[in-house]
Amino acid sequence: MSATIPQYRILIVDDEPNIVLAIEFLMKQAGYEVAKAYNGLEALEKVNEFKPHLIILDVMMPHMDGFEVARTLRQDDSYFNTKIIFLTAQGTDRDMAKGYGSGGDIYLTKPFDNKELTTIVQEITEYELN
Amino acid sequence: MRAWVVLIVSFSYLASLFGVAYWADKMRAKGKSLIRNPIVYALSLAVYCTAWTFYGSVGRAATHGIEFLAIYIGPTLSAPLWILILRKIIVISRSQRINSIADFISSRYGKSSTLGGLVTIIAIVAIIPYISLQLKAVSTSFELLTQQNSFVTKVLNGESFFADKAFYVAVILGLFTIFFGTRHLEAPEHHEGLVAAVAFESIVKLLAFLAVGIFVCFFLFDGFGDLFSQAMEVPDLHEMYNSSPSSSLRPWNWFWLNLISMFAILFLPRQFHVAVVENTNPNHVKKAIWLFPLYLLLINIFVIPIALGGRMFFPATPGIADTYVLQLPLENGQNLLALLVYIGGLSASTSMVIVATIALSIMASNNLIVPILLRTSIIKESFERDISSRLMGIRRLVIISILMIAYAYFSSLGQNRSLVSIGLISFVGVAQFAPSVLGGIFWRGGNRKGAIAGLLLGFIVWGFTLPFVSLLPDGATADSILENGVFGWGIFRPYALMGLEGMDQISHATFWSLFVNLGAYVFVSLLTSPSALEHSQANLFVNIYQLERTYQEKPIWKGKAYLFDIENLLARFLGPRRTETILNQYAAEKGIKLTKTKEVDFELINHAEKQLAGAIGAASARLLISSVVKEEPPKLREVMEALDETHQLMRYSKELEQKSDELRRASEKLQLANARLKEMDKLKNDFLTTVTHELRTPITSIRALTTIVHDNKDLDEAKRHEFLGIVIKECERISRLINQVLDLEKMESGHAEWNLTEVDMLEIVSSTASSIKGICKERNIKLIENYPDSIPLIIGDRDRLVQVVMNLLSNAVKFCDHEKGEIKVTLELKEEKIQLMVQDNGIGLKKEVLPYIFDKFSQFTDLKSGRPHGSGLGLSITWRIVHLHKGSISVESKENHGASFLVELPLEKKIKSPSRFSVP
Repeated sequence: MSATIPQYRILIVDDEPNIVLAIEFLMKQAGYEVAKAYNGLEALEKVNEFKPHLIILDVMMPHMDGFEVARTLRQDDSYFNTKIIFLTAQGTDRDMAKGYGSGGDIYLTKPFDNKELTTIVQEITEYELN
Repeated sequence: MRAWVVLIVSFSYLASLFGVAYWADKMRAKGKSLIRNPIVYALSLAVYCTAWTFYGSVGRAATHGIEFLAIYIGPTLSAPLWILILRKIIVISRSQRINSIADFISSRYGKSSTLGGLVTIIAIVAIIPYISLQLKAVSTSFELLTQQNSFVTKVLNGESFFADKAFYVAVILGLFTIFFGTRHLEAPEHHEGLVAAVAFESIVKLLAFLAVGIFVCFFLFDGFGDLFSQAMEVPDLHEMYNSSPSSSLRPWNWFWLNLISMFAILFLPRQFHVAVVENTNPNHVKKAIWLFPLYLLLINIFVIPIALGGRMFFPATPGIADTYVLQLPLENGQNLLALLVYIGGLSASTSMVIVATIALSIMASNNLIVPILLRTSIIKESFERDISSRLMGIRRLVIISILMIAYAYFSSLGQNRSLVSIGLISFVGVAQFAPSVLGGIFWRGGNRKGAIAGLLLGFIVWGFTLPFVSLLPDGATADSILENGVFGWGIFRPYALMGLEGMDQISHATFWSLFVNLGAYVFVSLLTSPSALEHSQANLFVNIYQLERTYQEKPIWKGKAYLFDIENLLARFLGPRRTETILNQYAAEKGIKLTKTKEVDFELINHAEKQLAGAIGAASARLLISSVVKEEPPKLREVMEALDETHQLMRYSKELEQKSDELRRASEKLQLANARLKEMDKLKNDFLTTVTHELRTPITSIRALTTIVHDNKDLDEAKRHEFLGIVIKECERISRLINQVLDLEKMESGHAEWNLTEVDMLEIVSSTASSIKGICKERNIKLIENYPDSIPLIIGDRDRLVQVVMNLLSNAVKFCDHEKGEIKVTLELKEEKIQLMVQDNGIGLKKEVLPYIFDKFSQFTDLKSGRPHGSGLGLSITWRIVHLHKGSISVESKENHGASFLVELPLEKKIKSPSRFSVP
């Protein structure tokens, strides 16, 4: 779990600064390059700017929710391969279906397990890099 | 004239009556009925004209003018109505085998033996004076004919018991009636001989009266014109027939006389007997309605001429006017004519006495004696014996008893009081049947209790206002009662009940008795409900024409009975031979064979009941039949099914309508409740979702951060401090959320505690605002405050009001623009209200969510609209607090143009007690 893949970029989007703070710490610890956004609109701006390989995306946010962000990204071919992990407090089957339908790759519910999140991110990146 | 001559003539006449009766019965046996004829029917109705008509009308006309006509005008006027009333009564009576008016009323009101008995008693009491009048007429005319010279002195001196011919007349008439009327017990066929004899007598009395009328008019005087012109020269007579109406001729008195005579022609027991029981064809009524009035016209045509002639012939003795009919021929030496007149009077009396006593004896035995015997089970014990002969004995005894009582009444009656109105006393008594009978055939709502109440009260009032007075011995007591009332109570004066004065005695009695009778009948009927049997009988009587055809086929008795029992029962009351005939006829008609040990069907039971009813009355018959039928009387439902399908259906559909109405209302309520439930369910789900989310968010960061601290032992101190600091804040956030939820719940359920004091909103707003100054500075938010110098105090809960201000301010901080934030807080007094305005310049609220912004969690249901931080309960709690202070809160906002919240708190409305804090 050392910083071995410096080119891999992760965007963290959540309206809760404390959650962003925790995830940022975990991802940096795992050696990723991190950017942060606190709502949907900001997230879209950051995506263009930062070109992340992976987005950890909250669902319920002011201005534009996570599903909307994902759908917008998927319409743009340049972000077709960007991985999206939904991280949300809403964990019903319907919410998950909505998440996958809007273009998410993984759906995790809050509160999450630090190791699980890190492992998933690592597995995705290893698969991508191979 | 010698007494034996008169006696021989009298007995010859009576013998000829037998002859007529015998002939009629013979013809009937040959199948040529004499009485199945509308003319005979109309003549038999003329039994209405008694000795009272024959002698009394002339007497009345001689002393009171044309008043006598009232009791003939009544029936004449009402005759057309017979098509409606009499015909219906006849049809009902045929279908129910009714044989007296007592039976009719009893039958109508659920075959009630109480009613039958009551009607019988009323009828006997009412008719006895009337019969006594006939006895007097016969005995007086007999004496006049045999000892005319001593007549006037005899009347004045009174009579000794044995010298009184009336006693012998009573005995002879009694015996004659017994021979006439009690040959058959039951009345399946009609008393053909009786009816023929009565019709014959009607002809005799009419001819006799016309003869004397012609004699007076054309032999004593020179025709009508001569008679009248001579009469008008007599001052008394001139005044009587020309002056303005005397007191007894006032229109109201005429009205009452007409009314009671209308009732009498139908409800006098003898009239009911000839008009209904002996009727052979209901359609005969159609002819009778003009034939009978014609008869009345003929028999009255010479009344006034004879009266005037009498007054001119006997100017000194107007008191004997009742006997002018007889005196005029006698005085002129026309003995043969006098004898004919005597026979005419005899015929008028005998026909009345015979028919009346037969009718009363049937009523008395069927409705009084047999029910009592059945109750005391004398008859039941002697089960094996044929008791038809015993019943016959009872009837004969009743006939003799009635005549003896009539005689006793006659001889005890003060001879100088109210003699003329004896007949009218009976009329008023009999008129008491009118409400029960007429109500019974036209109004289904009339019931047994109403009929009993009406009859009883009417009877009591009648008894008090009429016979009671006539039986009072002359003297001081009588005068005092008449003048001052019973026991000196003024309202109980027999001639002025309740102080009603100015009516003559008969009108007064008629008015009061019928008033209380009808009133009680209607009132009690409306207040009480009928039994099943009453209900079905009521329906049958009122709707007889519709039901007549179907009635026969409908089962009334649902039970089972053995032929053996039925046969025994019939044999006991009708005799074995008659029973055999009845059963054989029935079997032949139906084409079936009857076996003794077999059960019989309801039709035969009905048939048997009717046969029995013909002999002993409906109530008793029902009682007896029910003793052999192995089942209780018909239940309500069955009777309804049998007789009352339309009514049942109507009621059913009404019920159905009601039910569906109720259902509709219930389902509306249910729908409402359901919608409310759904709404509440949705609110609950929203609540759960929100609370879950709100709990998960801090828990997420707490878990992530503590895990980091836990997993990284070498984490630098600053980071560790920062992370744990966040954890502590997030824990506080959770506690806050939980407190808010509890708080809201308390406020909603009314359990919140309120600490009411005088509070200064200026102080609250300014101190709360200064507490957020720090965070504003941190986030670069400009806070603009606008307060007056002072503001009135209000009553309220300080901490809650701080909570309101805090909620609004922290929302404003949360939502105001991130870069150039600006919050404006304004406090002012406007229109007796304290207004607090909090404005921000942030993202604002979508139009759609505005109406729901203060609803608990509602602002979160539309997730896409973007969700404010915090529990989501803040505004809901704020709304509640403001409203509990009798204030209001509103919001104005445009998307991306900020929001402004306005709180208004009233100055005057003081909050007295927390218990009044109820908010919808």
